[in-house]
Amino acid sequence: MSIKKYFGPLSKDNPILVQILGVCSALAVTAQLKPAFVMALSVTVVTGFSSLIISLIRKMIPSRIRIVIQLVVIATMVILVDQILQAFFYDMSKMLSVFVGLIITNCIVMGRLEAFAMGNPPIPSFLDGIFNGFGYGLVLIIVGVIREIFGSGTLWNMQVIPTSFYEAGYMNNGLMMLPPMALLLVGIMIWIQRS
Amino acid sequence: MKKLEKISEKVGKWFQKGKPLHPLYPFYDAMDTFFLTPKTRTKTGTHIRDAVDMKRGMITVMIALLPALLFGIWNVGYQHFLFTGETVSYLRMFGYGLIKVLPIIIVTYVSGLTVEIIFAKIRNHQVAEGFFVTGLLIPMILPPDIPLWIVALATAFSVLFCKEVFGGNGYNFLNPALVARAFIFFSYPKVITGDFVWIAGQTDAFSGATPLAHLALGEVSQLPGMMEMMVGTIPGSIGETSKIAILLGAVFLVITGVGSLRIMLSVVVGGLAMGGLLNWIGGSPIFDYPAWQHLFLGGFLFGAVFMATDPVSAAHTPVGKVVYGFLIGVMAILIRVVNKGYPEGMMLAILLMNIFAPLIDYIVVQIHIRNRKKEIIKINNLKI
Repeated sequence: MSIKKYFGPLSKDNPILVQILGVCSALAVTAQLKPAFVMALSVTVVTGFSSLIISLIRKMIPSRIRIVIQLVVIATMVILVDQILQAFFYDMSKMLSVFVGLIITNCIVMGRLEAFAMGNPPIPSFLDGIFNGFGYGLVLIIVGVIREIFGSGTLWNMQVIPTSFYEAGYMNNGLMMLPPMALLLVGIMIWIQRS
Repeated sequence: MKKLEKISEKVGKWFQKGKPLHPLYPFYDAMDTFFLTPKTRTKTGTHIRDAVDMKRGMITVMIALLPALLFGIWNVGYQHFLFTGETVSYLRMFGYGLIKVLPIIIVTYVSGLTVEIIFAKIRNHQVAEGFFVTGLLIPMILPPDIPLWIVALATAFSVLFCKEVFGGNGYNFLNPALVARAFIFFSYPKVITGDFVWIAGQTDAFSGATPLAHLALGEVSQLPGMMEMMVGTIPGSIGETSKIAILLGAVFLVITGVGSLRIMLSVVVGGLAMGGLLNWIGGSPIFDYPAWQHLFLGGFLFGAVFMATDPVSAAHTPVGKVVYGFLIGVMAILIRVVNKGYPEGMMLAILLMNIFAPLIDYIVVQIHIRNRKKEIIKINNLKI
């Protein structure tokens, strides 16, 4: 089986740009690249492993209560990620605050479980989850890079716009730090992708 | 005129199909129709046309803006020399203002028209006249010392995201000039707020506070006299200071029928009503500030006359216009008095009501339809 068929979410089936899912967190955490990257990683891990687990037990799940069971699995994964972040990357965990917990409500995770993991074997489900996480992460990272460079002149907390620019009258764009600009950027990306 | 026509015809040949400059045809066409009459004539049948087309309307607005603009240019110089303490002739004040303001205007036009022309090329239509007014409005609502690159960026942003994305001229549901200002306001607050920016060439914040800033701090005693605010010899955005010049423009707009008197009046009434309410509550100097004096502060009047009446983004039904204007006035004073972070409430109030204008129109039309239905039922004695 070719792995290529899982590449869909990266562009033509992108969860944010095409399915318009998970936009809320994309707006909230992308003011800088670092939190955007950690968020992308967390979502990838959660989608990947909950897809794997749900797919493993898919034949045992009574269809009437499947949503509850999916939520339990997702919540478990999210709590795991959250605890790991708190234990090893406390600053980052502080920065992302409530948005790690809110991965539970991220429609991408639930959508992949319902649409793919419930009817496919474990390995493809796992790959599907991972690549959907990548697709989500890709958008987050692009938006994060643009917003950090133009909003605070840094990238990964390192100064990238030389100070001579500032002396010449350049200023950081405050709008980039506000969520509306993230919405605009995602809008521009959707525009570019579809035309 | 004849000479201009000949030049245009000569130059126009280079832009025809197959000639090297053809990609720039929309630019030529825009300039040509701006200075001369459009070349297209109706060929068949009888057409009865009003002479007031979009171009005529836009030029009327530009003429209405002229007094405020000219005064604004002079005031930039006046404020500068007042600050430095030099006494110079009025002409030199005007000259200094011209040096400051003209680059802003040119940058606005170049930046905005570039975006317009690119889109005109992509969409295969001509550059619409709408930008000529926007391009004059944008400099007039900016402080004189604003960095030019920010002007260019904001103009391009506003034309691209407020107009072209939604389909070009006539489809913008927000006022493009105000979007440009809002962009600067939120992106680069340093260059458009505070006490530093309103006087050109100013080096300290000693005397630069606008009347609005004084009001926000509750320093009512520091406010300039009524006469100064009427005439406009106060620090502020380039075109908004002189209330007399703005009123001249308003009279011209109303007489020519281009601007809606209904909207202007209801904005004023809304402002007075909200101001009156706040006076009634009272309790602090800013709440106690007389309602009628609010009208002469900041950009209230300029917004009411030139921004709220923008025919594209305003409400269209007669009743809707009244509601729309009234709410702009109410919001502007409310934001100005209650939220000290945003001393100039007019911009945000107009943008907010721009968004609600279609809804207001919809409600007005629906109510009208319902009333007519009831009437018909009553007249015909129908039973439902």
